[in-house]
Amino acid sequence: MNLLFILFFPLLIGAYLLITKPKHAFIISLSAAILEATATGILLYKINESALAITYIHDWIPEVGIQFSLKADGISGILIGLCALLLTFIIGSTAKTEKANHAQYQGLILLMQSAMMGAFLAKDAFLFYFFFEASLLPIYFLASKFGGENKSAITFKFLIYTIFGSLFLFIGLIFVYLRTPGTTHSADIETLYVTARNLSAEAQGYLFLAFFIAFAIKMPIFPFHTWQPDTYTTSPSQGTMLLSGIMLKMGTYGVIRLIIPMFPLGIGIWGNTAIVLSIIGVIYGSIIAIQQKDAKRLLAYSSFAHVGLISAGMLTQSLEGIQGALYQMLSHGINVIGLFFVIEIIERRTKSRELAQLGGITQSSYVLTVSFIILSLGSVALPLTNGFIGEFILLKSIFDYSFVFGIVAGITIILGAVYTLRLIQKTMFGNVSRITTEFSKLTLEEKMVLIPLSIFVLLGGIFPNAILHFSEESVLQITQLLK
Amino acid sequence: MTAIIALSLFGISNLFLGFWFPRKVLQVLTLLFLAIGMGLTAIDWNHELLWFGNMFRTSNTSINFSLIIQLAAFLVVALSRGFGADDEHTHPAEYYAILLFSVVGAILMVSFDHMIMLFVGLEILSVAMYVLTGSDKRNLKSNEAALKYFLMGAFATGILLFGITLVYGATRSFYVSNLANIIAATAPESMPSFLYIGVLLMVVGLLFKVSAAPFHFWTPDVYDGAPTIFTMFMSTVVKTAGFAALYHILSGVFGGIYSTWVLTIYFISMLTLIIGNVTAAYQQSVKRMLAYSSISHAGYMLMTVSANQISSTSTILYYSLSYTLATVAAFAVLIIVSEYQTGRKEKPEDYASFEGLAKNNPGLAFCFTISLLSLAGIPLTAGFWGKFFIFSDSFNRNIIYPVILAILMSAVGIYYYFKGIIFMYFKDGDIEKIEVPTLFKIALWFCTIATLALGVYPNMVKSLF
Repeated sequence: MNLLFILFFPLLIGAYLLITKPKHAFIISLSAAILEATATGILLYKINESALAITYIHDWIPEVGIQFSLKADGISGILIGLCALLLTFIIGSTAKTEKANHAQYQGLILLMQSAMMGAFLAKDAFLFYFFFEASLLPIYFLASKFGGENKSAITFKFLIYTIFGSLFLFIGLIFVYLRTPGTTHSADIETLYVTARNLSAEAQGYLFLAFFIAFAIKMPIFPFHTWQPDTYTTSPSQGTMLLSGIMLKMGTYGVIRLIIPMFPLGIGIWGNTAIVLSIIGVIYGSIIAIQQKDAKRLLAYSSFAHVGLISAGMLTQSLEGIQGALYQMLSHGINVIGLFFVIEIIERRTKSRELAQLGGITQSSYVLTVSFIILSLGSVALPLTNGFIGEFILLKSIFDYSFVFGIVAGITIILGAVYTLRLIQKTMFGNVSRITTEFSKLTLEEKMVLIPLSIFVLLGGIFPNAILHFSEESVLQITQLLK
Repeated sequence: MTAIIALSLFGISNLFLGFWFPRKVLQVLTLLFLAIGMGLTAIDWNHELLWFGNMFRTSNTSINFSLIIQLAAFLVVALSRGFGADDEHTHPAEYYAILLFSVVGAILMVSFDHMIMLFVGLEILSVAMYVLTGSDKRNLKSNEAALKYFLMGAFATGILLFGITLVYGATRSFYVSNLANIIAATAPESMPSFLYIGVLLMVVGLLFKVSAAPFHFWTPDVYDGAPTIFTMFMSTVVKTAGFAALYHILSGVFGGIYSTWVLTIYFISMLTLIIGNVTAAYQQSVKRMLAYSSISHAGYMLMTVSANQISSTSTILYYSLSYTLATVAAFAVLIIVSEYQTGRKEKPEDYASFEGLAKNNPGLAFCFTISLLSLAGIPLTAGFWGKFFIFSDSFNRNIIYPVILAILMSAVGIYYYFKGIIFMYFKDGDIEKIEVPTLFKIALWFCTIATLALGVYPNMVKSLF
């Protein structure tokens, strides 16, 4: 029942907000998000206690063997935890702005949460696809209704690009599903694992491509990233947080949940290519990030670089690679949301994101500077921050896989430091510029979001074991399938 | 079967009732007639029977098709408003009567067991449609459309009839069940070669009716010229009946010589997908866009026909239903908006007419959005499962390339369907609150809710098919 609550509660509240447009939308959506986070917390605690996955199975379309089945194991658990946690901060970050009591805005965010939860919990492949696609609609409306410059064209490109990719996933899924035994077939993910692994190497190769294109566009991986910087820049801050913090994890989650267990032979053929593309993304994204003038765009490219490393790590198919990817998804989600929020705070006060116009904020807001630095260091992967644990494990897995790849991917640590430190220096330090002279202190609401996020960065860096242990069992199950 | 007798009688009585009653009363009466027709159709459920000298067969499949057709007609009648500026100079009684007659023709087309029955049904349906297309007498475009439709349609029917003749010559039978047995029993080499020409001609005649490329040239002009309410009828009823007949012929009669016709259908479906979708993307007018979208949906449905699986019948049924619901809703909103914009905008049927619709008319915008999403095949709507069943059928037959093409074309489809959504939600316009009659509202919301319900729980009807 708990699973159903987690899945449908945000949907109900979101629909309520959209239909009735109440005045106090902020209070309603924030309490919904907190309640959701609590319920998710209880569920995760139960999974951790019993070390068993929690499932819910109900018939959906029995004629074609499609079930409404949900499953929360260690891997899903980390992602629903991330989703529930970040949503409270994302909604919290709208406090005291004109968007806070905008019922449509809050409603769409909650609908988005419901769809993403569904994708992370789905045990049936078509249910996964269903939510994978459905999550696009709220974010599309959010971005093109409340976005910035040239939003219509940019979000439209984003929409068509992603749907185009997921259609390949769709036919790939149908292809495997039709080869499952029984007259009605089955779309249960575990049945698909067995069926897909028995396919010929050639078929697996093509299927790998079909699946990977969908997820690569979602993440995005080089060269499918062209929608991403524009969309991240033009979306409203909360939209960008949703996109970068949680939605791209649907792509990485899809690789772990579907591609790795289903197509070991397919990865054998195309895995190297995919890893090379991911690593190209790491280096390419970092180099472009270094040259950005717009802070939000810089973060967009940094996010692109980070997800490349996650992708490269998990495609090594090793226990460390997948564990590191999961851990880094969590850290990246927390860090990137914090960083985007800092940029929004700066933009609220100065109406600008241009690095050249900013500077000297540290003289007016000490708390902002400290949390910004903590979050940035998490993003740079300094020891004692959560980013360090994730990147370290990921890089180790890539080194184990291939020494050359490891060295090239390792450059990310240097490049990441360059663009992040440049971001800090240009915004926080240096001379006070014309527009930052009257930079007001952080409000209580802003502190309530930034300080906990910074604490999570440090906690994740000091006590990683709880989380690594939480997902280990489920990841082991997947890696054992490969032997 | 009693349904076709009843509906014909109702149609005739409608002609007389027109002397005494105004349009609104006739509308309610016609709705009642169609409801009775649906009831009479449903009575035959699970009774496989032959009627009229074994020329007409009722089976669960044909009943399902008949119900979808009558549901579409029911919705069209419920959504019909005045047929022109004043009811004095139009002839509502005649229009409603002709609608009922054409429904009879469509039911014959989905239940024939004899080739002549197919021809009769097709003619009843088509002649009725020629009249309705030209019903806006003072509009030049409507007249042009009617003439065009009539000339092309008559030609296509002639081709169909020629095909029937050749098939009869080769097999000495008109009966569907006989034909299938004869074809199955005869070795392909000993079959006279003009049988294949006959099959091809019959298929061409029917492909014309379902507007598959390259026989689609009439579609945009006729859809555009006809009054929107009859375009709605044409794009749903004619298409459903046409596909039922086409599939019945190809699979039921000529299933034994699958390998001879499959390549033709295979390529026609690909061509239809490309032409329908790519041309739709260039349209400025929503009405013409929907016309091309109807061509593209013919392409998707032809994929199932070429797959020829056991499940294909239920796929066509499901797809027809989801397509009907979505198309009816889309045209209904178009009617309301274009009526509002007449006089305000130069071209009331263009995308530009929808600018800012969502602001003061969130209900209408929502219904239009859901119908477009369903046509685009996005999850949560009926159209998604329609595509799912079609792709499954095609993969079962190892049809790979058309599916990949269909995927590419779906992406194109998303472009032009979402254009409507963008115009409604993200552009500024000055549309005030539009008053919508109650009956209209009920029918519109029925389509929208049914589309969503079938999208979330397709089993609701899938288990019947």
